[in-house]
Amino acid sequence: MMRRFIAAMGMALLAVGLARAANPQPVRIGSKAFTESVVLGEVARLSLREHGLSARHRRGLGGTRILWRALREGDIDAYPEYTGTLVQELLPGMRANAGIPVLRKRLRGLGIGITDSLGFEDRYALGMSSARASALGIATISDLRAHPRLQFGFSNEFMDRDDGWKGLRRAYGLPQTQVRGMDHDLAYRALTRGAIDLTDVYTTDAEIPYYHLRVLRDDRHYFPPYQAVFLYRLDLARRAPGAIEVLRQLAGRIDVQAMQRMNAAVKLHGRSETQTAAAFLDLEAPVVSQGVAARIFQRTREHLVLVGISLGLALLLAVPLGVLAARWRRLGHAVMALTGVLQTVPSLAMFVFMIPLFGIGAGPAIAALFLYSLLPIVRNTHAGLVGIEPSLLESAAVMGLPARVRLLRIELPLALRSILAGVKIAAVINVGTATLGALIGAGGYGQPILTGIRLDDLGLILQGAVPAAVLALLVQGLFEGLERGLTPRGLRRVVPG
Amino acid sequence: MPDMEATPTEQGQAGTQASSTPMFELDRVQKSYPGVVALEDLSLRFARGRVCALIGSSGSGKSTVLRLLTGLVRPDRGKVRVDGKPLTSASLQSARLRLGYVIQEGGLFPHLTAQGNLALQPRYLGWTQTRIAGRCAELAELVRLPVSVMQRYPAELSGGQRQRVALMRALMTDPPALLLDEPLGALDPIVRHELQSQLRTIFETLDKTVILVTHDVAEAAWLASRLVLMHDGRIVQDGTLADLQRDPASAYVRRFLDSARRLPEASA
Repeated sequence: MMRRFIAAMGMALLAVGLARAANPQPVRIGSKAFTESVVLGEVARLSLREHGLSARHRRGLGGTRILWRALREGDIDAYPEYTGTLVQELLPGMRANAGIPVLRKRLRGLGIGITDSLGFEDRYALGMSSARASALGIATISDLRAHPRLQFGFSNEFMDRDDGWKGLRRAYGLPQTQVRGMDHDLAYRALTRGAIDLTDVYTTDAEIPYYHLRVLRDDRHYFPPYQAVFLYRLDLARRAPGAIEVLRQLAGRIDVQAMQRMNAAVKLHGRSETQTAAAFLDLEAPVVSQGVAARIFQRTREHLVLVGISLGLALLLAVPLGVLAARWRRLGHAVMALTGVLQTVPSLAMFVFMIPLFGIGAGPAIAALFLYSLLPIVRNTHAGLVGIEPSLLESAAVMGLPARVRLLRIELPLALRSILAGVKIAAVINVGTATLGALIGAGGYGQPILTGIRLDDLGLILQGAVPAAVLALLVQGLFEGLERGLTPRGLRRVVPG
Repeated sequence: MPDMEATPTEQGQAGTQASSTPMFELDRVQKSYPGVVALEDLSLRFARGRVCALIGSSGSGKSTVLRLLTGLVRPDRGKVRVDGKPLTSASLQSARLRLGYVIQEGGLFPHLTAQGNLALQPRYLGWTQTRIAGRCAELAELVRLPVSVMQRYPAELSGGQRQRVALMRALMTDPPALLLDEPLGALDPIVRHELQSQLRTIFETLDKTVILVTHDVAEAAWLASRLVLMHDGRIVQDGTLADLQRDPASAYVRRFLDSARRLPEASA
């Protein structure tokens, strides 16, 4: 019995090993930090798995630039994109209405492939309540010219963009003057209450069917096409044969209603992206993986890894830098200035800057946090050393102790309090800033926060925000305890003489 | 000016060929700090085994002499010699290991206990724990401190105890020279008086080259046979108290001594 069990285990291990050897790396799918992109990423992952290919999905990795760069650098193998975005943002110099074959030719030079349209467009459009549109007989944007008294409420972005309201008014010669900018979500509510007659929408918005909106036909083709496609690395053909085929077969399978329904399932009905994608593909919905506690535990581990490694590395560099800065004043000024400048880089930008150097995931997040940790530690090490009573330094020097001994036995211990305070500041800042790591695939408490913001789910946001706040307090408490424990009795204040 | 350190009787025990070389020597030294001339073309020799006091008011340059001898500052011009050899960055370390140094506030490291302060230099020199402990006990007796005090941190010691520990620290490795910069300056009169008496005994027992910087002429006369009165970076007079009293080199000497005579200990 036992022997058979062991043999079976051996066979199983061997099989796994062979499978690993044959297919050493899973296909890595990426997605942007909004619902539709994540759902499409799940559709791709589940389809690949359905075809016996192993696939991983790094969901919600921030914006277009991050995904595009990750694809170019080979950190991910494929992600869902829109042709309009390719034309407008990623491939400068393309004609605004360039079709997919033209894009395909251009992308091939970059080692990147593009599927045909998945079957729907997600572009700007104008929406009115169906009832009102029917009553006024409006079906196309041109029809609006006959109704100059209509009140428009546009999202602020649409108001500001040159290719938004300004261009649209020119292109169609629209006469309306009552036009307001407002929050996108508020616009939907204003529309249902009749406070406005028309707003800008994305064609796949879940709200379109929900609020019974009519999307007006863009009869002059003002809005550039935003066909949904998958972009993939051409070398995927070699690394995961068949994967590209699976992605290509998704083309034409998702129409705009299907996408609207999937967006609605996630945003309005609280289904997970995985369940939604599985339902669309007509697959068994995968078992919901983890409970809240297990999820928070995993996020905590990821978060601690980000904070711990970055802080540890920063200590290794910042304390010596602080020592050097205290020794040589001119170098000190340079070091302080440099670390000070690093501190002023907006954190999101810092995370993104690290991607070309470290790819996506924990690496670039740790690098960014490391750079942020430098200043407080360097500054406090420097301040601690410079603040030592000169007579003590002289006493140590006249004792004939070499510089190294003085540094280790006298100067650093005397500066310890200040150094620890710097480390504490760095650690607390790190715990907070690390939440941004989720934008570049580093996980941690930022993941539920990000997803929560995307889905407007306060509970999910709190699942990240509360532990992050608790961790920050714990870290603060830990370092204060450390400070008390490590400070020799002689350096603690209020010792009655 | 008289060269007081040349008296041969004082150097009996040293007795080596080096005995004629002074322990410390400043040779036409000039030193200025930004905006101030601290020492002006100053030459001074300190013989082995003698106690010499540098006196003068603040800013007279007396502390600068100690700072030059300990290598904490370098002369702008002129030479500093220790044991006849010029003090260079190469010789600094070994020269420093051959002197003990005590400053006004003791200069004890606040993060170490008295014991920790005492052990710092010997440990660097590779002494065993036993040897360090033995030497500590010996010196504690010399400065009359109970051994229990050794486990305390400087902040937990009284001013007098602190200066005693500082003196012990300076004496740990039994260096041939002791440089004291206002060692009793921060103490209250009674403790100060007590420590003055002890220091005199200690100097008599130990036979070291001692340079004491003080602005208190009575203390100087009590502890040192040779007084060097400084003013504005120059030596005004160099001699015994009797020399200064009987044959003052200038009106300033008389004024300086007069100012001191009012102190109650002056007649001790």
